[in-house]
Amino acid sequence: MSMILNDEQRMLQKTAREFVAEHAPVAHLRELRDEGDATGFSRGLWKQMAELGWAGIALPEVYGGSELGYAELGVVFEECGRTLAPTPLLSTVVLGAEVLLRAGSEPQQAELLPGVCSGDGILALAFQEAGRFAPYRVATKVTATADGHRLDGEKCFVVDGHVADRLIVVARSSGGEAERDGLSLFLVDPAAPGVEITRTIMADSRNAARVVFDGVTVGEEATLGRVGAAADTLDAVFDRATLALCAEMLGLASEAFERTVAYLKTREQFGAKIGSFQALKHRAATMFCDLELARSITLDGLRAIDEGREELPSLVSAAKARLADTAALVTCEAIQMHGGIGMTDEEEIGFFLKRARTAELFLGDATYHRDRFARLQGF
Amino acid sequence: MADLEQFRADARAWLDEHCPPTRRQLREGETAPAWGSPEFDAQIEGWKREICERGWSAPTWPRECGGAGLSPEEAKVLAQEMARIRAVPPIGGFGMYLLAPVLLEFANDDQKKRFLPDIANGRVDWCQGYSEPGAGSDLAGLQTRAVLDGDEYVIDGSKIWTTSAHLADWIFCLVRTDPDASKHEGISFILFDMKSPGVSVSPIQLISGQSDFCQIFFDGVRAKAENLVGVKNGGWTIAKRLLQHERSGLSGMMGGAAPSRKRKSGKRPLPNFHSMADLAAPYLGRDAEGRLADPFLRDGIVGVEMDNLCFGLTMKRSSDGAKEGQEVGHTVSMSKYYASELNKRRQELLVSVMGTQALGWEGEGFSATELAQTRGWLRSKGNSIEGGTSEIQLNVIAKRVLGLPD
Ligand SMILES: Cc1cc2nc3c(=O)[nH]c(=O)nc-3n(C[C@H](O)[C@H](O)[C@H](O)COP(=O)(O)OP(=O)(O)OC[C@H]3O[C@@H](n4cnc5c(N)ncnc54)[C@H](O)[C@@H]3O)c2cc1C
Repeated sequence: MSMILNDEQRMLQKTAREFVAEHAPVAHLRELRDEGDATGFSRGLWKQMAELGWAGIALPEVYGGSELGYAELGVVFEECGRTLAPTPLLSTVVLGAEVLLRAGSEPQQAELLPGVCSGDGILALAFQEAGRFAPYRVATKVTATADGHRLDGEKCFVVDGHVADRLIVVARSSGGEAERDGLSLFLVDPAAPGVEITRTIMADSRNAARVVFDGVTVGEEATLGRVGAAADTLDAVFDRATLALCAEMLGLASEAFERTVAYLKTREQFGAKIGSFQALKHRAATMFCDLELARSITLDGLRAIDEGREELPSLVSAAKARLADTAALVTCEAIQMHGGIGMTDEEEIGFFLKRARTAELFLGDATYHRDRFARLQGF
Repeated sequence: MADLEQFRADARAWLDEHCPPTRRQLREGETAPAWGSPEFDAQIEGWKREICERGWSAPTWPRECGGAGLSPEEAKVLAQEMARIRAVPPIGGFGMYLLAPVLLEFANDDQKKRFLPDIANGRVDWCQGYSEPGAGSDLAGLQTRAVLDGDEYVIDGSKIWTTSAHLADWIFCLVRTDPDASKHEGISFILFDMKSPGVSVSPIQLISGQSDFCQIFFDGVRAKAENLVGVKNGGWTIAKRLLQHERSGLSGMMGGAAPSRKRKSGKRPLPNFHSMADLAAPYLGRDAEGRLADPFLRDGIVGVEMDNLCFGLTMKRSSDGAKEGQEVGHTVSMSKYYASELNKRRQELLVSVMGTQALGWEGEGFSATELAQTRGWLRSKGNSIEGGTSEIQLNVIAKRVLGLPD
């Protein structure tokens, strides 16, 4: 598959760029933050995005999707990244829907996926239990009951957890604390007795929640896939979500970079544009190279999903490590090159730094993914 | 497309018959003559002669210029078929990769017919007379003078860092033909014989111990005016174009590979993907889980391998873009810069991995790989200098791509 966008993808890119620029510029995120908006994104806007086909872009037609692929979904993520548009794309369309597609039964899919595609249903995958990503480190416990299961434990950084219509919970039915085997997946109604959800306010002004399960009981119909065998599903889901997140990071880093270059061309000191100073020029040129590499690995990774290539996990780790490093570099340099104004809340550039750092840590940072890449390559 | 498939079949059959074992991947159970043996040399000579006779050393060039007049599509098929058996291109060097592309673009028909066939057949070796003692990064500041005298130019001055000048038959040379014009506007691009009276060459030894570059002195050298390429005083355009070919060639040599797909079966898709980890394992050892035992060096190795992967994909993306008619000129400086810096990192890391075994100079106590590593590490320092320094590439990106002010 060519790494250059085809005509349809270019059209999609144009529509998406114009849509978010008009309806969800950075000012939109700021407004949600300042008003302490209870949802954390605009439901009306999400509905419109779904009508544009973004929610169902990679989902099956029977559920209302358009069965395109991650090459297309990546375009949407990248454009939303450019304006830091808050949407439930990652929580619902990738993390949630991918679990359902892989582990859900036909009735489970039929119940929830149409809502995903139409923009009416929000899903949240509750997996993380500590600050750093460790996919198999799950202490939340499952115990079998007479007619189902009982869940006890605590999750953090559940993206869109406080607004989800349905939670998907990763819990341990057997095995030791960080073991790959013994993980299971359950659908949980957030209103069920024993579920306690607290929204956590994050630096990037995006959604996350802490969720406590205290003796929550679910019936057999709530089990997703085979009990104790969720790791394969989770691996595949995390790989896809990581690349989608990389596309978002590519968008935000590209935007932060372009804004910075524009600033270098306007701000004057010592009677000259600051962009004429070689100390800044060379750093800008270096970032350009890093961003080009970031774009290449992201595009290839997204295409590897669509083509079902077997080296996907290695590409995912190469992509996340690169995007984590590049987005950190670019957003930090963006602040530095803006000088004092870069430190102000009024200037938008700081929003990019905050989102970059959050996205960097979510689903594994560069250190995590370099280690994983090496393991996958046999060293 | 049927014709193209017929062409593929013919090319495959011809290559199967004529490409000798020393110039391609060995077949199952096959052996090749030892390196340097008479039979080895004979195979190389024979392959060169036969493929050049067919015009396939420069497939798309016109027949009268030593090529085979193939269409781009046919040339692509031929390249695929050669890649399939890992056939070594018969002709390389400055003539093929740097000079020929600009001759095809800027030379007149007479010049093309006189110079291209010898390049296609590898009969003439060329060197690049660009840098001077006083003009390196600021190449347009060059001072070597050429003054017209009848139908010849008389050349005086000196070139330096000229790779393989002591082995070259001819030189493509930047000379100043108008000393009064502004510095970019008084330069011409001229070709002449290195055996001309007044040319003297003295080799310079590199830190790596090799001495493959030289200083050249010109003392009243007479070059035919008909060998000036393009227009008089218009040589800077040609000079810059040639540098683009040089920079993309250099970056192609230094980096970019696809990831290993099939580690378990021990097979990888790319034969030249020398995993640094494989090189490092005997030196660092592995822990109980099979990881390289030194966590810091391991992290460094992963970083280089990943960046190499990302870089290779960037080259692919740029070639995909070129196929769709996108302007990709800007990627040349980026890839030259990135590939140079990446190769230097790789070489530094390998020295750290091998320790003092990678600092042996010659003689006993070191494997051939280790001795080559010492030289390779030192040679890599030139990557970010040759063909325009890293700083100059960053200047070009800042100016041409990002549009930052002077
Ligand atoms: C292995 C090797 C092979 C070579 N082969 C050939 C050959 O075959 N033919 C040929 O003609 N030349 C050849 N060269 C020469 C090469 O092109 C020059 O060395 C190179 O262009 C740099 O010029 P210089 O050596 O004069 O360094 P200088 O230009 O003096 O540079 C010194 C330092 O100053 C920096 N600098 C200079 N200008 C700027 C600026 N504007 N902004 C920021 N930093 C700057 C440079 O980046 C460098 O770090 C070769 C060089 C090497 C190392």
